[in-house]
Amino acid sequence: MEAALPLQRSRFTARRLVHALLILAALAFLAVFLLLPLAAVFVEALRKGLGTYVAAVVHPEAIAAIKLTLLVAAIAVPLNTVFGVAAAWAMTRFDFRGKAVLGAIIDLPFSVSPVVSGLIYVLLFGAQGWFGPWLQEHDIKLIFAVPGLVLATIFVTLPFVARELIPLMQSQGSDEEEAARVLGASGWQIFFRVTLPNIRWALLYGVLLCNARAMGEFGAVSVVSGHIRGLTNTLPLHVEILYNDYNYAGAFAVASLLAFLALVTLGLKTFLEWRYGTELAARAGRGH
Amino acid sequence: MTLAINRLSRRFADFRALDDVSLSIAPGEFIALLGPSGSGKTTLLRILAGLDFPDAGALDQDGRDLLRVSARDRGVGLVFQHYALFRHMTVFENVAFGLRVRKRARRPSKAEIADRVDKLLKRVQLDGMAQRYPSQLSGGQRQRVALARALAIEPELLLLDEPFGALDAQVRVALRRWLRHLHEEMGLTTVFVTHDQEEALELADRVVVMNRGRIEQVGTPDEIYQQPATPFVFEFIGKSNKVPVRIHGGRLQAGDQRFEADALEGLADGSAVAYVRPEHLALSTTPLENGWKATLRHVYLSGSVAHLELEVPGLGQTLEAELGGEEAQRRSLQSGMHVTVQPRHLTVFPLDGKSGEPDLARRRVVHPRYGQAALARWR
Repeated sequence: MEAALPLQRSRFTARRLVHALLILAALAFLAVFLLLPLAAVFVEALRKGLGTYVAAVVHPEAIAAIKLTLLVAAIAVPLNTVFGVAAAWAMTRFDFRGKAVLGAIIDLPFSVSPVVSGLIYVLLFGAQGWFGPWLQEHDIKLIFAVPGLVLATIFVTLPFVARELIPLMQSQGSDEEEAARVLGASGWQIFFRVTLPNIRWALLYGVLLCNARAMGEFGAVSVVSGHIRGLTNTLPLHVEILYNDYNYAGAFAVASLLAFLALVTLGLKTFLEWRYGTELAARAGRGH
Repeated sequence: MTLAINRLSRRFADFRALDDVSLSIAPGEFIALLGPSGSGKTTLLRILAGLDFPDAGALDQDGRDLLRVSARDRGVGLVFQHYALFRHMTVFENVAFGLRVRKRARRPSKAEIADRVDKLLKRVQLDGMAQRYPSQLSGGQRQRVALARALAIEPELLLLDEPFGALDAQVRVALRRWLRHLHEEMGLTTVFVTHDQEEALELADRVVVMNRGRIEQVGTPDEIYQQPATPFVFEFIGKSNKVPVRIHGGRLQAGDQRFEADALEGLADGSAVAYVRPEHLALSTTPLENGWKATLRHVYLSGSVAHLELEVPGLGQTLEAELGGEEAQRRSLQSGMHVTVQPRHLTVFPLDGKSGEPDLARRRVVHPRYGQAALARWR
């Protein structure tokens, strides 16, 4: 017994040492790859003083970029919310031919490089594209204009809401909806009184992720934008332009707005997970 | 409210869930749909509720074609197996739901709704629970909320899917007797699905035994237990011994024994299968001429009943017999004893010459005649 004790104690300390080292390594990794860059964004943004920072943010071109980013998100996010709910409803409440195909299509934007999806729209709707001549005839401008930005953003953010809802609705089943039907509820009554309340937190969560991506999207939007200052520049594109102009302070100032958006999203996401963890738990075992 | 179910069939891909099912349900009846899983009982219930539709057949309620009426308009009360309570609503809101979603012209006023919900909650003994959420209730309480919610729309027909399946054994017995009283007090017509024969036999006025999408037998619990119409009912309900026999010249040949009986007149010679319930086997400890010679292998006393395992060399199989525990002790039955076994009556199904399947149309209940002397001795 007495002989065994020191041995156990040394094993115990060794294990604690390993724990500590592993945790330290993880923290160091996080610090170098996540916290340091985030801090750098704000430090660089404020390097030339608060005045320069404010000037960069309230510059007319920056204001236009902010407005455009908000506009694109304001169109893309609601559309994808409606689509996501409808797709999740169809996928979890009905059996039909091509269900697996629909599931794959919903996931497509996750697997395609955003640049490719932007290019597809240029090839379809650009001046030399398939529908280009017809669009020009009718004086409709999609590419290098706001509608193109909206289209590309919708494509890239399409899966977020549906992917959030499908596992939850699958696990909840349709018993409650059937119960409501037998009790005399109409289709809309079932949706608004039974289905929607049951999925509301997962839906909000999905919308949040969708919005973050819609505002932060660079690749697809970059291809269809045309980079016309004050007209077709969203925030991420504006950052790039400022950076290419060697206006580092300005670039970081505008970038800090996006970083701030990310922090707010993260905060809300954490709050939702903490408050409604059990309702969101159905999503577990899945990742994107 | 008379419900006429006429030749319903329902297929799911290549699985026959319902196969030509007909049944008539009289007003005020309490009907059990009893069968193993996959027997079609839940499909039938869902068709009655309007949540599923048959491929063929008719469903008629007092002359109204129910298949043309959507689930929404049928006004049927349905209690789901797992209750399907609205988890984001309080008990009160759950029960009020069916009234709240009515079209304005038929919707009761707020005060009226509150009044009716209160009365229903009292009726299901849940007053004081109105503001709780389903997750805060026990299984038995949830089941009663589901019942109150179904009753709120004042259905004539109440459907229950495995209503006691998810409950503890003790709660289950109390709740099913209570449900039977409720059924009578409210003048409902009730159909419930169960795989538990004890539940079906205890509760129902009539039991519908289902197997593989077909109805095997419809009858009172007593008829179902005492006079099973098919081999399946014999095997599914209660216990029974299955004995291969031969019919030969109006006599029943079973192993080394021949039984004489009137019921066999007119049956052609051939193979048959006989069923006899354990409690219909009589034992004699003094050797008798008529009856199977057997060795008592085990005596299991379980409370008031003694289960006996009998090895019958003449049949080449083991039979199970049952008698009162007190009687078993009085006659000091012990394993290793030699006994003579006499079936009091058997149900015989001649096998079809071609298919080798039991022929239900030629089913006979056989009361073997034993000598007077033998009869006198074993009671």
